[in-house]
Amino acid sequence: MTGLTFSADRGILVALMGPSGSGKTTVLRAMAGLEPIDAGTIEIDGIVLTHGGLPRGARRRELHRRVGMVFQFHHLFAHMDALRNVTLALVHVLHQAQSEAESRARQLLNALGVGARAHAFPHELSGGEAQRVAIARALAMEPPLLLMDEPTASLDPARRSELAATLRALASQGRTIVIATHDTDFARACADRVLVLDGGRIVREGPPDGSTGKVF
Amino acid sequence: MRTPSLQVLGRRSGLASRLMLMTWVCWLAPTHAFAQGGGAGSLQELRWGGDAEGGAPFVEADPNDPSRVVGFDVEVARLLAEGLGRVPRFVQTGFTTLDAAVVRGDFDLALSGIEDGPARHARLSVTIPYYEFREILTVRERDRARFRGLADLRGRRVATLGATLAADMLTEAQSRYDIMPVLYEDDVHPYSDLLLGRVDAVLLDQVLAERGVRRNAGLINQDEPLAVGHYVGLLAQEQAPLRDRMNEILLAAMGDGRLEIIFRRWSLWNDDQPRLYARLLGGRADNIATVSVSPLGSPETLSNWALTVRYFPSLLSAALITIVLSCLSMALAVVMGILIASGRVYAAAPLRIALTVYVEVVRGTPLLLQLFVLYFGLAAVVSLPALVAALLGLGLNYAAYESEIYRSALEAVPRGELDAARTLGFSERQILFLVRGPQAFRLALAPMTNDFVALLKDSSLVSVITVVELTKQTSIFAANIGSWLLPGILCAGMYLALSLPLARLARRIERGWRRE
Repeated sequence: MTGLTFSADRGILVALMGPSGSGKTTVLRAMAGLEPIDAGTIEIDGIVLTHGGLPRGARRRELHRRVGMVFQFHHLFAHMDALRNVTLALVHVLHQAQSEAESRARQLLNALGVGARAHAFPHELSGGEAQRVAIARALAMEPPLLLMDEPTASLDPARRSELAATLRALASQGRTIVIATHDTDFARACADRVLVLDGGRIVREGPPDGSTGKVF
Repeated sequence: MRTPSLQVLGRRSGLASRLMLMTWVCWLAPTHAFAQGGGAGSLQELRWGGDAEGGAPFVEADPNDPSRVVGFDVEVARLLAEGLGRVPRFVQTGFTTLDAAVVRGDFDLALSGIEDGPARHARLSVTIPYYEFREILTVRERDRARFRGLADLRGRRVATLGATLAADMLTEAQSRYDIMPVLYEDDVHPYSDLLLGRVDAVLLDQVLAERGVRRNAGLINQDEPLAVGHYVGLLAQEQAPLRDRMNEILLAAMGDGRLEIIFRRWSLWNDDQPRLYARLLGGRADNIATVSVSPLGSPETLSNWALTVRYFPSLLSAALITIVLSCLSMALAVVMGILIASGRVYAAAPLRIALTVYVEVVRGTPLLLQLFVLYFGLAAVVSLPALVAALLGLGLNYAAYESEIYRSALEAVPRGELDAARTLGFSERQILFLVRGPQAFRLALAPMTNDFVALLKDSSLVSVITVVELTKQTSIFAANIGSWLLPGILCAGMYLALSLPLARLARRIERGWRRE
């Protein structure tokens, strides 16, 4: 991955698109401080990541106060039910009271349509349900920058438009969102800007509404 | 006669519950032993170590009162103690570890049919001989004419006890007569295997040979002895003055007939002894009194069932030692295992390498060796009580295995979950305690249960450092009644009673988690 430069202001939703292997996930993981970079810089809300290893300790936690991530596979904690997956970080990272955390978690789970599955364990959830719990888990932390890798992969069309609306609403509240997706309809429905990657480079860039006529 | 090989020889006689409890106390405080005859008063003790598994006529639990030991060595110890104005106290010690234990200071004197030999004189203070024995060849009755000496046994298998005078003789005969020595750890199986045809002769001292022939119809002892040896007492090298006083007491007892009384009582008196005593007394044969003592009548004959009833409490207390030792060792292994595994997953390279070396060294060497090193090897630096050495040996050994289970369980938790936890802002420590550890524990539970059951059984190895646990107590019991059948069934039943509930509990917990 070389020569990749882009920026996103507050309240902007950027969609990274491109074929499999084009580097979308790597970009997101590098931004989340999970993948080391060999050269260049990534600056997120004042925190700068450069080459020379992954951020550690307090610096990493500082970064993760600002960046949340939803992975392509949900990666829910297998030994906890959906509710506890969402409340765990609220209680142990943000130090919220258990009751406060639970009410926030239930609100998010309800909003994402999985409120009834609050006490199901990850292996009991369908792919789509698990994905929505994972989204709720990331949203609960209210990170200024939210990264999402293929968020629609396990969702049916109705859920996709609901998620698009949710993300639009979050962006309008000033949150920056970067998604990696194959789903052009979804990108068209929610992105402010689309970057098309291929072979580790940005090959096209522009708004998703077709006004440039080149992006899709 | 008998001496060390790496494993304990199966030659102790049964000790009953009281003895067990008392020895238990002795292991906790090895400088104390228990009185042979009770009522220590203010008299100083003479602590003497022997192996009751050797059985009669050396040292064995009294069939009429298994809390007492009887045997000619017990009486010689009493004679020496009386001469010194002390009270004899018996310390049960595995036969193979008697030499090391006396050096260690576990007791003052080792006395258990111990053979004289140059190696012992080099390292220990050795008393004058108090009994002369002959090395006797035992064969099947039908081979009486065929196998008269070692030269007749060319190309054949001849059994004996490891590390004895007889074993040395057989090793020498191996090159001279091309015979195959078969070394046993006890003196019961050479004779039963001779009867079964697994070996063609047994070479052992006459005391054991006579007992072997008595117990196995169809065997005979050849008349012509192949060598002569002596039983002696052993003291630590720095105890030479005490040894000299003991020599005087023995000489006096040879002169006034007290030793003769003892050996006549055990039907071991023969013409070799007056000659030995005369030599030791400077050829003054007239100093030896003539005494006449009728041999001890055969002890009260009890059925195996009656003996089992008598031994049962001692098996129960031995099982208690097995349980306590296993639980404490496992607790140590789990704590150490978690620390080692965490270090191997999270620590910096130098510590990781050090921990890897520890795990590989511990897993790559026998537990038995580790126990010996802990108990005897380190004795000069730190003299650990036997039970503590047993606990450390088992615990530190199993910690290496546990750490490997925990390490692989930690590594089996999906990386994606750890990344997800990181992006939620958890510290690495929180991830270990909230996400990784709990899942790893569930993965580790089944192999941990297996290990605990294995440890329960491996705890039998600690008998080499003088801890009498369930298996050892059973072998003492078996050697004394001359059968493994009933003791073996009882012992197996006790182990199963300990391990089956554990396996069941683990299955239940696992099922519960699977439902989650």
